[in-house]
Amino acid sequence: MTAATAAPATPGESTAHDDHGPSTGISNTKLAMWLFLGSECLLFGGLISTYLLYKTRRGPDNRAIPTDVFDIPFTSISSFVLLMSSLTMVLALSALTRGDNHGARVWLLATSMLGGVFIGGQVYEFTSFLREGVGFTNNPASSAFYALTGFHGVHVSLGIVMLMSLFVASWQGKLRPEHSETVEIVGLYWHFVDVVWIFIFTVIYLVPA
Amino acid sequence: MSTTTTRHEGTTDTTQGSSAESDTEHAEHGHPSDWAYVKIALILAIITAVEVFTYFETVLNWGRFLVPSLILMMVVKFWLVATWFMHLKFDNPIFSKMFVGGLVLAVGVYVATLTAFEFWA
Repeated sequence: MTAATAAPATPGESTAHDDHGPSTGISNTKLAMWLFLGSECLLFGGLISTYLLYKTRRGPDNRAIPTDVFDIPFTSISSFVLLMSSLTMVLALSALTRGDNHGARVWLLATSMLGGVFIGGQVYEFTSFLREGVGFTNNPASSAFYALTGFHGVHVSLGIVMLMSLFVASWQGKLRPEHSETVEIVGLYWHFVDVVWIFIFTVIYLVPA
Repeated sequence: MSTTTTRHEGTTDTTQGSSAESDTEHAEHGHPSDWAYVKIALILAIITAVEVFTYFETVLNWGRFLVPSLILMMVVKFWLVATWFMHLKFDNPIFSKMFVGGLVLAVGVYVATLTAFEFWA
């Protein structure tokens, strides 16, 4: 290859090489997100396994464990809210790909609000558990429970920050249909947080100890 | 499942009669219609309602079928969200392999660990 063909004719002018996509034919960003989500399975797998190992360990003082104070009807509503936020997330992506920026903005806001409701529910749950004597350092069961659900809550909170960033970008007119992959990638993260909760809700809350 | 699909290109909607073939046909560029997503969400909501229903043993005692039923419902919900909402059904199979790879590795490692604690403790 000669210097003439390797360099752009003028600064900022792209060469033919720049127009080529990745050699795999798939988006590198999306691939990276899926790799990240695959690795996140290991993180949550570790936290869930730890809880399963310790879920009945009350410690030497025989203090209360999370299963003593679970409020299943309340957590069911939180789970339902998070599940429905996955619907609003795909509707946001769908609206953006259609070129419906207003619709995308509304659904993004709805998704982050539903996420906020879920986090509010988790804060309420943690507070009521503390009032009933289930503290983080009470026993191994409590520590494992708070570590697992707390980590999940942090993931949801980060998702809300990403969603609000997209909302603001959309509000400023910077989010257009050609950016749908960005929304899709944030959506992948959001749905992952949802599927992790599907697992937590069944294994931690519903399956009897 | 019966669906219609919406193409990605600009603002043009190409609504087609639905079938499994049409879903596969749009594997690379198309996503399901909004109505298809709503139907999936309804199914998820119904399964969640049944899951919660199992908690109230006074209504119906599931007995020894409780845990297998809960696990089955969880797997179905997981699969629906991953394939439809995360678009694994329509995207390049390499994404599925990466996700399932991580999942299988995690489940394998931790089931082995839990088994070790159960039998070697």
